[in-house]
Amino acid sequence: MPKFDVKVNSRIHAVDVDADTPLLWVLRDSIGLTGTKFGCGVAQCGACTVFIDGRPLRSCSLPVSAVGSADVTTIEGVSGREAEAVQRAWATRDVPQCGYCQSGQVMSAVALLRRIPKPGDRDIDLAMNGNICRCATYVRIRAAIKDAATTLGG
Amino acid sequence: MTHHDMQLSRRAALAGMAGLVIGVCLPGAAIAQSGAARAFRGSDPAAAAFAPNAFVRVGSDDTVTVLIKHIEFGQGPFTGLATLVAEEMDADWSKVRAEHAPSNADLYKNFAFGAQGTGGSTAMANSYEQMRKAGATARAMLVAAAAAAWRVPAGEITVEKGVLRHASGREGRFGEFAEAAARLAVPADVPLKDPSAFRLIGREGAVRRLDSAIKANGSAQFTIDIREPGMLTVLVARPPRFGGNVASFDATATRAVAGVVDVKQIPSGVAVYAQGFWPAAKGRDLLRVTWDEQAAERRSSAQLIEEYRALAQRPGTLASAKGDAQAALRGADRVIEAEFVFPYLAHAPMEPLDGYLQWDGERALARLGSQLQTGDHMTIAGILGLTPDKVEVETMLAGGSFGRRAQQDMHFAAELAAVAKAIGPGRAVKLMWTREDDIRGGHYRSLFVHRLRGGLRGGKIVAWASTSVGQSILQGSPFEAMIKDGIDPTSVEGANELPYEIADFRCDLHTTQVGVPVLWWRSVGHSHTGYAVECFIDELLEQAGQDPVTGRLALMNGAPRAAGVLRAVAELAKWSGPGPRDGRARGVAVVESFDSFIAQIAEVSVGNGGEPRVHKVWCAVDCGVAVNPDVIRAQMEGGIGFGLGHALFAEVELDQGRPVPANFDTYRSLRIHEMPDVEVTVVRSTEKPTGVGEPGVPPIGPAVANAMARLGLGRPRRLPIVRGAV
Repeated sequence: MPKFDVKVNSRIHAVDVDADTPLLWVLRDSIGLTGTKFGCGVAQCGACTVFIDGRPLRSCSLPVSAVGSADVTTIEGVSGREAEAVQRAWATRDVPQCGYCQSGQVMSAVALLRRIPKPGDRDIDLAMNGNICRCATYVRIRAAIKDAATTLGG
Repeated sequence: MTHHDMQLSRRAALAGMAGLVIGVCLPGAAIAQSGAARAFRGSDPAAAAFAPNAFVRVGSDDTVTVLIKHIEFGQGPFTGLATLVAEEMDADWSKVRAEHAPSNADLYKNFAFGAQGTGGSTAMANSYEQMRKAGATARAMLVAAAAAAWRVPAGEITVEKGVLRHASGREGRFGEFAEAAARLAVPADVPLKDPSAFRLIGREGAVRRLDSAIKANGSAQFTIDIREPGMLTVLVARPPRFGGNVASFDATATRAVAGVVDVKQIPSGVAVYAQGFWPAAKGRDLLRVTWDEQAAERRSSAQLIEEYRALAQRPGTLASAKGDAQAALRGADRVIEAEFVFPYLAHAPMEPLDGYLQWDGERALARLGSQLQTGDHMTIAGILGLTPDKVEVETMLAGGSFGRRAQQDMHFAAELAAVAKAIGPGRAVKLMWTREDDIRGGHYRSLFVHRLRGGLRGGKIVAWASTSVGQSILQGSPFEAMIKDGIDPTSVEGANELPYEIADFRCDLHTTQVGVPVLWWRSVGHSHTGYAVECFIDELLEQAGQDPVTGRLALMNGAPRAAGVLRAVAELAKWSGPGPRDGRARGVAVVESFDSFIAQIAEVSVGNGGEPRVHKVWCAVDCGVAVNPDVIRAQMEGGIGFGLGHALFAEVELDQGRPVPANFDTYRSLRIHEMPDVEVTVVRSTEKPTGVGEPGVPPIGPAVANAMARLGLGRPRRLPIVRGAV
């Protein structure tokens, strides 16, 4: 099998997998970072959202061969003031129910706040509507994003 | 699920589990039993110095760990049941942890079932006294230990936030007395607090959820996250039509995939074993399976609906009656008729079904999001040929269920055990279902047709007759004893008794035989009867020229709690009629389910492409004593979103027996921009607490439909409301 060097959360991991293996399964099965979740496998639900060079992408549909030398950031490695604000707001608002989609929700929310410090409802709709929550925690997701924006001074 | 005994399962459980039964006074055994539970640990798991019963452990580090007999998949039993213990203990909430109890029907049975399991929104109702008693007992023993150490009467010791105090100035933390308390005899019948003394139960903001932070940072451990040395990931190719079987298969190409380890036929299909998900998926795609479909179901949804509609034209088996509905219809000024069609629905929890099993030929450990632990436990033991005491079932956090993990036929546990058995002892397996497996895998909410007729005379509703047609969830299952006089109660619940006083009433049922496996789906029968009944009463009231709220209330003298939530929601929404005003109309619905009462008002306009757009939902809930008001609100918000998404968009259509949708691109799920704003009021009550996981679901669909009627769109008679759109 081909060998790939994947840079995840600032560390390079050498993995032996087929070139078409989605990044999601490299993260979960090869590297052991299981915070990023499998929900659909076809980039419809957003549970597998990670950052590729800072941009949110669905890792279930990105072959490892396409990652190249990009920086991959997962829920385990996400950091900075937006990440802290979002995760604190998620806990304070008690956003999660089953919690399974929330890694992806948090990643999308952090990406949104890095791009738009004080998002309106329309910004939230556009940034978050690729992330399905079957528990429908959407009311609190929206409120928590606004809380996080407030604490960031946005 | 509804509140009925799983008598057979219980007997099997108790007969088989003698070796596992541990006394509630044997803390050492209790700790050992639950040693596998990993969801939440105290800061020092070894420091469980005091375990006065099967539910409470106190560490010398002051950590109070509460063992939760119900699975946590979002509805909040970790927080809710731990609140009950912490209340009676006067514990410090910041020191409270929760973890799943091990599988042990004797210690951890659900009193509504007689076996260990979760469903029917029963977690709080059947735990309320039990968990409070567990907490009160632990508190009494800690107090007794302190009293002995301080040589003061126990009655003079007070407890607050995990600290014991005496007027002499002595004080100590729970952890300091844990070991001494463990040596005392367990007292019987410790009195419980008077509700007026509650500091946590029902107190707004007194407790936050125990599982929020770990679910916001990716560290919560679900079944899918299990990784053990040598573990194989397994995917199974299953027949494309329900009732099909493997005739033959060729795995040559599969075996050539790097990472594929083995291929085996099992009762449910062909299993591919691989080192990780991706090789398993590639290998499965390359399998060439010939299916024997002689016994398979080949009807399409359209065909089933036509058959059901024909059946609905004649009366079925009587479920309930009052007076003579037929005669009253004949004597009515006007008879209004409506036929409602409800599709098959998938539960589609975010985490598809999965499970881990290790088996060395003599003992087995299963780890999965087990919702009916006793059934899963017995099923796995039976297939592996082990006595139940050689099997452990560890309940994992699960990524949702909505009923999917509580299987009357235990088919997932059976497949998990079959997969392990086929490859032989010593190979740990993680069986995974993909999203396609999930949505095309059956065990759906039953397809139903309801035909309703109502009679008006002198502006009054004088007759109501309903005929329901659909498959039984219970028939042929271990729960079959719940079927009485030919009526599966889960088919007619919500239709066989109305909160409205109508003199002449009849409800009957045709139970159909279809080869599509069906299962309870969040709110079960109420998921369709609630829609039919609440749309139809609204239509009758409209025809009678009455207001949807006051018209209902006038008929609700025999249903004070249902009327109470209807009044409460009307007040919350400042109801002044359905409208429309400024292009927005309001619809109302009120449904009792699982002993809880919910009323909702939806404000709706016509959105893009003619789809209804739901702007706001007001919700009033009466679930007895509100243990955790914010968890209740969360369940109403989530129930509304779940109910709305399915009413608007969801259908698993069958084409000649084959499910058409496969993933979220074709099984449309509600997204954030479609979620209305939600405002919830929790009605104050001193009744015993009842469930909140399911009851938020039924009213939203009819509330939206009733608003649509006022927008000139009519009440949709065929769900989903938005058809064919993805």
